[in-house]
Amino acid sequence: MHQLTIAEMIRGLQSKAFSSVELTRHLLARIQQLDSNYNSFITVTEELALSQAETADQRLAKGEAPALCGVPIAHKDIICTNGIRTSCASKMLDNFIPPYDATLVENLNAAGTVTLGKTNMDEFAMGSSNESSFYGPVRNPWNTLCVPGGSSGGSAAAVAALLVPGATGTDTGGSIRQPAALTNTTGLKPTYGRVSRWGIVAYASSLDQAGPIARNAEDAAYLLSAMASHDPKDSTSLNRSQEDFTAGLNNSVAGLKIGVPKEYFGEGLNTETAARVLDALKEFEKLGAELVDISLPHTELAIPAYYVIAPAEASANLSRFDGVRYGHRCENPKDLRDLYMRSRGEGFGEEVQRRILVGTYALSAGYYDAYYNKAQQVRRLIKQDFVQAFEKVDVIMGPTTPSPAFELGAKGTDPVAMYLEDIFTIATNLAGLPGMSIPCGLVSNLPVGLQITGNYLGESHMLNVAHQYQQVTDWHQASAV
Amino acid sequence: MEWEIVIGLEIHVQLSTQSKLFSGASTRFGAAPNTQACAVDLAMPGTLPVPNEEAFRYAVMFGLAMNAEIGKRSVFERKNYFYPDLPKGYQTTQLEQPIVGAGEVEIHLEDGSSKRVRLHHAHLEEDAGKSLHEDFHGMSGIDLNRAGTPLIEIVSEPDMRSAAEAVAYLKKIHSVVTYLGISDGDMSQGSLRCDANVSVRLKGEEKLGTRTELKNINSFRFVERAIKVEAERQIDILEDGGCIVQETRLYDADKNETRSMRSKEVANDYRYFPCPDLLPVVITDNYIEELRELLPELPDAKAERFQSEYRLSAYDADQLTQERTSADYFEEVCKSCEEPKLAANWITGELAALLNRQEISIQDSPVSAQQLGGLIVRIKDNTISSKLAKQVFEAMADGEGSADEVIEKRGLKQVSDTGAIEQIVESVIAASGAQVDNYRKADESKRPKMMGYFVGQIMKASKGQANPQIINKILKEKLDALL
Repeated sequence: MHQLTIAEMIRGLQSKAFSSVELTRHLLARIQQLDSNYNSFITVTEELALSQAETADQRLAKGEAPALCGVPIAHKDIICTNGIRTSCASKMLDNFIPPYDATLVENLNAAGTVTLGKTNMDEFAMGSSNESSFYGPVRNPWNTLCVPGGSSGGSAAAVAALLVPGATGTDTGGSIRQPAALTNTTGLKPTYGRVSRWGIVAYASSLDQAGPIARNAEDAAYLLSAMASHDPKDSTSLNRSQEDFTAGLNNSVAGLKIGVPKEYFGEGLNTETAARVLDALKEFEKLGAELVDISLPHTELAIPAYYVIAPAEASANLSRFDGVRYGHRCENPKDLRDLYMRSRGEGFGEEVQRRILVGTYALSAGYYDAYYNKAQQVRRLIKQDFVQAFEKVDVIMGPTTPSPAFELGAKGTDPVAMYLEDIFTIATNLAGLPGMSIPCGLVSNLPVGLQITGNYLGESHMLNVAHQYQQVTDWHQASAV
Repeated sequence: MEWEIVIGLEIHVQLSTQSKLFSGASTRFGAAPNTQACAVDLAMPGTLPVPNEEAFRYAVMFGLAMNAEIGKRSVFERKNYFYPDLPKGYQTTQLEQPIVGAGEVEIHLEDGSSKRVRLHHAHLEEDAGKSLHEDFHGMSGIDLNRAGTPLIEIVSEPDMRSAAEAVAYLKKIHSVVTYLGISDGDMSQGSLRCDANVSVRLKGEEKLGTRTELKNINSFRFVERAIKVEAERQIDILEDGGCIVQETRLYDADKNETRSMRSKEVANDYRYFPCPDLLPVVITDNYIEELRELLPELPDAKAERFQSEYRLSAYDADQLTQERTSADYFEEVCKSCEEPKLAANWITGELAALLNRQEISIQDSPVSAQQLGGLIVRIKDNTISSKLAKQVFEAMADGEGSADEVIEKRGLKQVSDTGAIEQIVESVIAASGAQVDNYRKADESKRPKMMGYFVGQIMKASKGQANPQIINKILKEKLDALL
């Protein structure tokens, strides 16, 4: 049963071939049995899952259940779930139980999904390897010596290990697409504002977006259809009514213009990774698509701009974790300063502290113009690159990451080497565009991801393109387990 | 050496919106601690701000009342600092693009002169909570009810040159915000708070002196006293050859002195940057014009109208229009008596004294505008003398009913019946032989003064009810007849 895709589960549940309770019990048992190999879950919500599954079965019995009703999923542990610990994989929030659901959780609950648990991640979504979690690193089901990517590494690994058919993630600089690429899953970061940020613990507010990780584009489309909504509680939420992203999946891609940026195939890209991506592009040509050489000239500035803007926003976003109202508080503070310093010093891990310091520095008097303002200017240039490119092409494709999964600890001492993992994904966030990663081959039995970047609000089109590729290839069906 | 004091004020006005600037929690004052703070106000992880349209409406109305530019595109920024009553670790405020830009307002001084004070800008921001340091045995309590309450911070140019001007400006702002109904303006509850930037320089000098910022001056009286005492302190230092340190100083009302709070040299770097959770707010011309239509008559316009319509002096008009409530009261009184001058005198005289004594405001006055109007009607038609009118007023204040009821019940009707008064005059003259003799012997020029004795006796005999003009007339006739 764990091999079923979401689409297959929907058919099974709606036709009563099996019940949600049966499916849920099966996956819970599997998590119980196997997750010690991967550490992809921080919290497993067995009781909640079974009660939601029972409710789903009742709705299904009445014959009026929405598509996702009874489908088990998991949520990244940065997404608030009412009454369930939401830790952000940090000691700081090890004891934090939110009294509210994130809007996207509310939406999925309303659609009838069953929550199996909360997945592991890089602390406060800061990282690309899932090694910065307070609850220990996540291991890649394709090779448990390797990282699954990050920061949504737990969600990606859980999907790859067939513990759950789909999961939510968040993507600030590549945190859905990069782990999807490294685990052979399909991950989608929507247009900024498409999915409400209410209830997602903020890392970098102008970049954060939640999206689905699943085994194929069709499943991702099902999840996104339920997650996305206009939300008056999020001022940056786009005023778009809910959309059925599965509706256009079967459209033809003949005549599709695919932009191939020369900057994405330069130095630093693993040659075998490049070969798999080029193979995928050829596959699209066979489907009738046209490849167009394009240039995104400011690509190399994306990482430096991101590592000013994201830490700057984070430095303010994480100020609320002060030991006063919730979260970690140090023992016996001797005064206010001591309370702040020790609570934050003990509660935050090394990478989080590093980014708070970088961000604080970038915003400081005398440095603001040189760093923060300059980074914002670069951000506008990067956005302009894409706007110009989309005048000529429908989607942009390239590698999701420079190379396949690396071993745990391989980049531990060099934060900049780690930051370069997101070299192809970060620009999408800076521009606010939607992006996906889909499986397109293996290198030494490790997955390679093809990145598809769409135009603003082009999720439906992007999913259609990915689905058509997955109709003629079977890389997405390759399994780690 | 002649010194000039230079003052600029930063006034925080709490807007009387139903809910907070970025959350739906109530802004009501005085609730039990932490009962009016929702997840957003507590800065719970994952919560987000949503701007309150009403707060923008109020801020734009204020800008229009101050003849200020309205920020067509206003941007919220984060001002970062750690404090336990600041839950997010930053205050959401405006810096580069405030909702209200430069403006100007006229202030009126007690000597009858007036002056223009320029507004630098006014911006919207959220208030912090309160830290309570007593009653917690060496610990501090945090009350977040106030956290997130909308404020406008109104920043003047350093245009004021005396404590009196600063107070007049503060009163003007107070009257504008209360006229607009955008704040209750209650300084005792902190709805209107004031900081003063004070510096001194030699008269004629162009360059501004080093300033200090005065805090804890939350009444008109404290503002005046604190500025005076701080200016004196600065002058003393400079005259002794010293330098002023730029710093924040706290006013101690008990000792009437200011003392150093923290030095700006170690001031925080607030690391302002645009808040990524909030989009720029765009104000359209249409929106502005709609609000302009809705603006009530403002104090200056009202004062002018009072002078032309009611023929009041500039001083009276100004006094009566400082508070919208007293202006409304005045117009009510006028409606029922059509005697504006008398109405103004009574409101600024007896009524003001009564309210002052009872420490209440005019809307809680025990004497209603209709009652006071009724009293003035009876003064005008000579039913009672001005002297008895005061007695009637006191009785009305004690809840004895309308002027007519009091006059009736107490039998205070003025006696204008010539026959009755003549009788009393005659009996007083008869009983005052010695005084009559003196009157007769006295020089003509001294006689009018000597009549006072007789008038007093007659008044006493009539229990104050005899019409003084008639007494005078009859008395003079009777005494002169004896010459």
